[in-house]
Amino acid sequence: MTTTFDLNDDSVVVVIGTGAGGGTLANELAQKGIKVVSLEAGQWHEPQDFVQDEWASFGQLAWLDGRTTSGDWRVSDDFSGLPAWIVKSVGGSAVHWAGASLRFQDHEWKAKTSYGNVPGASLLDWPIDAAEMDPWYTKAEDKLHVTRTGDRPGLPGNNNFKVFEAGAKALGYENVNTGRMAIRSSDTGDGTPCQQMGFCFQGCKVAAKWSPSYDEIPAALDTGNAELRTQAHVLRIEHDDQGRVSGVVYSDAEGNEQLQKARVVALAGNSIESPRILLNSASNMFPDGLANSSGQVGRNYMRHMTGSVYAVFDQPVKMWRGTTMAGIITDEARHDPSRGFVGGYEMETLSLGLPFMAAFLDPGGWGREFTSALDGYENMAGMWLVGEDMPQETNRVSLNTDVQDQYGLPVPNVHFDDHPNDIAMRNHAYERGQAIYDAVGATRTFPTPPYPSTHNLGTNRMSENARDGVVNRWGQSHDIPNLFVSDGSQFTTGAAENPTLTIVALAIRQADHIASEMSAGNL
Amino acid sequence: MTATLKKTTQRGLTRRQLLTRAVAAGASFVVGTGFVAGRDAAWAMEVQHLQPESMATLVQMARDIYPHDHVGDKFYAAAVKGYDSDDDSDAIEAGIADLNAAARNAGYDSYLDIGWERDRVDILRGMESSPFFQQIRGGLVTGLYNQKDLWPLFGYEGESFSKGGYLNNGFDDITWV
Ligand SMILES: Cc1cc2nc3c(=O)[nH]c(=O)nc-3n(C[C@H](O)[C@H](O)[C@H](O)COP(=O)(O)OP(=O)(O)OC[C@H]3O[C@@H](n4cnc5c(N)ncnc54)[C@H](O)[C@@H]3O)c2cc1C
Ligand code: SF4
Repeated sequence: MTTTFDLNDDSVVVVIGTGAGGGTLANELAQKGIKVVSLEAGQWHEPQDFVQDEWASFGQLAWLDGRTTSGDWRVSDDFSGLPAWIVKSVGGSAVHWAGASLRFQDHEWKAKTSYGNVPGASLLDWPIDAAEMDPWYTKAEDKLHVTRTGDRPGLPGNNNFKVFEAGAKALGYENVNTGRMAIRSSDTGDGTPCQQMGFCFQGCKVAAKWSPSYDEIPAALDTGNAELRTQAHVLRIEHDDQGRVSGVVYSDAEGNEQLQKARVVALAGNSIESPRILLNSASNMFPDGLANSSGQVGRNYMRHMTGSVYAVFDQPVKMWRGTTMAGIITDEARHDPSRGFVGGYEMETLSLGLPFMAAFLDPGGWGREFTSALDGYENMAGMWLVGEDMPQETNRVSLNTDVQDQYGLPVPNVHFDDHPNDIAMRNHAYERGQAIYDAVGATRTFPTPPYPSTHNLGTNRMSENARDGVVNRWGQSHDIPNLFVSDGSQFTTGAAENPTLTIVALAIRQADHIASEMSAGNL
Repeated sequence: MTATLKKTTQRGLTRRQLLTRAVAAGASFVVGTGFVAGRDAAWAMEVQHLQPESMATLVQMARDIYPHDHVGDKFYAAAVKGYDSDDDSDAIEAGIADLNAAARNAGYDSYLDIGWERDRVDILRGMESSPFFQQIRGGLVTGLYNQKDLWPLFGYEGESFSKGGYLNNGFDDITWV
């Protein structure tokens, strides 16, 4: 059964984006009997259509619309038109994602209180905490089949993990395992378990890894309460005379502008597009953009402190075999200012195929120093470093009126300067990562610079007070009660952990809130 | 963007005929009217817009930027073949002319005339920030390393779906840790 809604039906909840946040929210609402229209800029790819070829997959899935960059981050030099590696497709970046699914640590919900006054940082405490989030995290872990939670077993360790684990143990690290992964690890009758194919970043062809593309959206459509419109690129959100949002303008697959009326709008286009849509929706009533009375829309952009360490050994590793990221050391995730920085970081196994390794190992590098590293590709092991970065008001997504996209709208500019805390943490993490591989006999190690951002956060942040942020504890706009933000842009701070489990937990909780507010007649 | 090169010679010429019509270009290449080939004639490429010497220079330059001694010239040739086009050839000829001018300044007849890699690399370092160098280097990142038949030379196995993944194919077969 295919349900369709009329463009003038103003009883529907319009959800913009079908990624981790939007895909989850749409399904959760539909399961509760609420009428949902999902607008997604990308196409819908079946698992069998994913391609295990890095550049071909990138061409199939990546968000390639024009963007510009500024600031002192190296990404701005190395990949000036590609600040972020995210997806335009049903399922969003949770098609590309590796599946690492970690809860925040308790103190990370209270970053301002925990870290004190960090010069230059716009830290805030979240208006919610670990105790409040606990049941939502449990629901999210069940939904995502997260290994090592509930009664789900861990994944087996692959070659890359075994090198990583041996190095970690040699250095005395205590918390090293194959991680909490949103990947089916055993045959429970509910989907295919992981076949160790090793192309988690390219979309899982056997759908062992959770993605809204095949786990949430089909379930939402099955209820008969939801409609999905693909290649529906949202241009702006409209409002009525009372200042409540009333509909969403998008360009359809044929390039025609459409207006879908709405009772509630939930924005989940990821942390670059979501603030851009709000800014592009400026009107006489809201000259600085929707939901922006605080001036915070687009600000406090976070991307996690990241970097990688690769190492070459005198014998083969074949790191590309098996899960891309099933391996973690959590010992450095604690807050321990004696290391010279606040907050902490995770070390996680990571593998890139040869084509991406050539592009990302040392962007711009050439000559024998570079090629002799690639000559050791078969003997290489790798890890990713991911830690909490400091929010800064000046790190920001803004409209670049000098450059227009295919719809004639200003493209987003992503400005980012590393905070001194980020740099100190990265240097510490590089040293630790290299030590881990040295401890198992690496002949050469490579402290590899950050890739275009895969974790994009904070540009519509959640705050207790309306003056400090864009949305309240429910992800609801401080200014406009029937406008919600449902993606990673609502993060107050980034914590050390990969963000998606938290995005999903917040979306499940938000769906509950929207449903009860609707039945109470408040929305 | 893997360009396929003919293993056999061009235009129906036999290998020997081809080599007799060709003249040496540097240590590794021979060029003739409308073509460039490896000295051993293991590969040959027809050129339509670029001078054959310029294509030979481009292949050498590609190897000097990303030197892998176990990778044959045909992969480098495939990586730069696309520049032999109406759109690109003028800019490429200008870039090659600059490269040869720099070589002459350093006392050589041409870039291909320089015997040692380190001396050629010195010339390249001197023009590292030029748009020409950056175009060639940037294009090689995908043009060279995204050739599927090159991957096995680095041990990389490519897609695994067709063999059912590595679950029963050695995902954890490491023995030395
Ligand atoms: C290679 C890679 C690996 C990753 N690995 C992990 C991991 O292991 N663990 C983890 O926690 N996270 C990981 N992530 C991050 C994770 O994918 C994101 O945090 C998460 O998907 C973000 O969810 P979101 O809802 O904010 O945005 P997305 O999932 O990106 O969804 C946004 C959606 O909105 C759509 N959209 C945007 N603009 C418009 C518009 N104007 N109109 C209509 N639709 C629009 C997009 O097409 C997209 O479908 C990874 C990301 C990448 C790229
Ligand atoms: S390694 Fe497992 S989760 Fe990753 S793509 Fe393969 S089957 Fe899917």
